[in-house]
Amino acid sequence: MRSRTLLAAAAVAGLCVSQAGPASAQALSLKGSDTMLALAQGWAAAYMKARPGRSVSVTGGGSTTGIASLVNGGCDVANASRVMKGSELEKAKARGFVPREFAVARDGLAIVVNPANTVAKITMDQLKKIYNGTFTNWKQLGGRDQAIVTVGRDSSSGTYGFFQDTVLGIGRPYRPDMQTTPSTNSIAQTISQDVGAIGYVGVAYAKEFGAKVRIIPVAGGAGEAVMPSLETVRTGKYPLSRYLFMYTRGNPSGTAKDFIDWVRSAQGQSVVTQVGYFPL
Amino acid sequence: MATPKRSLRERAVEGVVFSGGMASIVLVALIFLFVLKEALPLLKDYPLSRFLTDRGWQPTLAPPEGPWFGLLPNVWGSFLVTAGAVVLSVPLALSTAVFTSEVAPSWLRDMLKPLVELLALVPSVAIGFVGAVAINPLVKDLFGLDTGKSAIAGSIMLAFMAAPTIATIAEDAINAVPRSFRDGSLALGATRWQGISGIVLPAAKPGILAAVMLGVGRAVGETMVVIMVTGNAGVLPDKGIWYAFTHSVRTITGTIGAEALEVANGEPHYRALFMLGVVLFTITFVLNAIAHYSLGKGDRRAQA
Repeated sequence: MRSRTLLAAAAVAGLCVSQAGPASAQALSLKGSDTMLALAQGWAAAYMKARPGRSVSVTGGGSTTGIASLVNGGCDVANASRVMKGSELEKAKARGFVPREFAVARDGLAIVVNPANTVAKITMDQLKKIYNGTFTNWKQLGGRDQAIVTVGRDSSSGTYGFFQDTVLGIGRPYRPDMQTTPSTNSIAQTISQDVGAIGYVGVAYAKEFGAKVRIIPVAGGAGEAVMPSLETVRTGKYPLSRYLFMYTRGNPSGTAKDFIDWVRSAQGQSVVTQVGYFPL
Repeated sequence: MATPKRSLRERAVEGVVFSGGMASIVLVALIFLFVLKEALPLLKDYPLSRFLTDRGWQPTLAPPEGPWFGLLPNVWGSFLVTAGAVVLSVPLALSTAVFTSEVAPSWLRDMLKPLVELLALVPSVAIGFVGAVAINPLVKDLFGLDTGKSAIAGSIMLAFMAAPTIATIAEDAINAVPRSFRDGSLALGATRWQGISGIVLPAAKPGILAAVMLGVGRAVGETMVVIMVTGNAGVLPDKGIWYAFTHSVRTITGTIGAEALEVANGEPHYRALFMLGVVLFTITFVLNAIAHYSLGKGDRRAQA
């Protein structure tokens, strides 16, 4: 529900901005990743408090949307939960600029299941077989005799792309019967309703859902299964660790530069911990 | 003196009405041409044969395998959800129409008719929300399914939306059957039910068919509800109809609604969504044409 409204708002905002051109020196517009939405809003609020007179607006829509908008001049900063693709870089170059990439936080992609699920941990290989359709029942993983219901985001989501590239392999399709949901919240809704459901969400969201879902520890290769935590994500021991990024049109200047420097400072990084992600 | 003045005014009014009517035709034609213009360049990147026969919809799948822009899973999902909605809503809506127009006492009719019409005005996002939090778990428990996000949940919600439309228009059609038909059948010794089923309903058939078609059109075009309750998984019925009906599907409108705002202009994905739009436009156009054709037939018969 919320994400729909945000999308509509994003569309309207996109329209206004593209007519007015990128924002003035004091106002900064951010657009992109839904995973980063709460984080970016937290940053915007804290930054505006720290620098009175400057304004930062944030809209979601997905990483792909944000990057496309940056390329077309619809926003100043694109939030992305994945790195830019080669094709997107080409498009930016065709528009006459080379995007600058800034890592702004770390995230562990949490694997969530229904609280009634008895499977204690999962390996990357099992995860791959669940999402490419090889495994269809939880008993194949030592759980109850219960069909697996796979839930994912829709294709504009950076999380959808990150999970696909990391778990299935680049260019490997998801099983066709995976449910695709327009927002992170509706993943939680399905997983809390369906006993056999499994899904993936940014760790801050997984924590926010509380007892409605259970975060399941993940093992990469032959290693032991670990929960996404500050330590396991920072060391890369948690296999679904990733950076969250901001992109600008070429080297940032003015408010954009000041904002990104501030985001990467100790003050900005404390917001990361508050929202539930992990600092750099 | 007065005559030329009035005819001038009459001509002006005529002109306004005429251009108003023409404007809507021109507008629809322009919209269709725009959708077509945005869609056709897809065929440079993605041959029509693949669009029509590919079994998957994964628009961001990386090469060499991807992307997949398969029409089939989308059309199948729309068909399945709509067919289910028709099966559920038509008997319900027709009995409502017969009851309010033929059976109910007038005080009850005066209460029922506005209520049914009010039902048609409930915003689809509200219906979708009810579906997602109430109907999905209910359907899951009722049929013992793995997931409530299923075609059948979509059908139930769409039936709920289509039924008032069908009931209202069908009732108008039944009311339009001349009084003399009913009196005639009663005079010949038929019971009231024999009159309704043997005389009134057959006479109102073209209008009822139109009502059903408009209801189907509403179900096919509905977007928000199906995004929220069907799960949006692009699959084909490899495991039978009932299996498909009780699992997630992806509809044409759901795909467009979920992805259109989030795709970069001019990309093949953007073109593919417009291509789906062309297909959807064609489907609703045909449904409307059938509805109008059968309404026209009904008018002629009533005059004869």
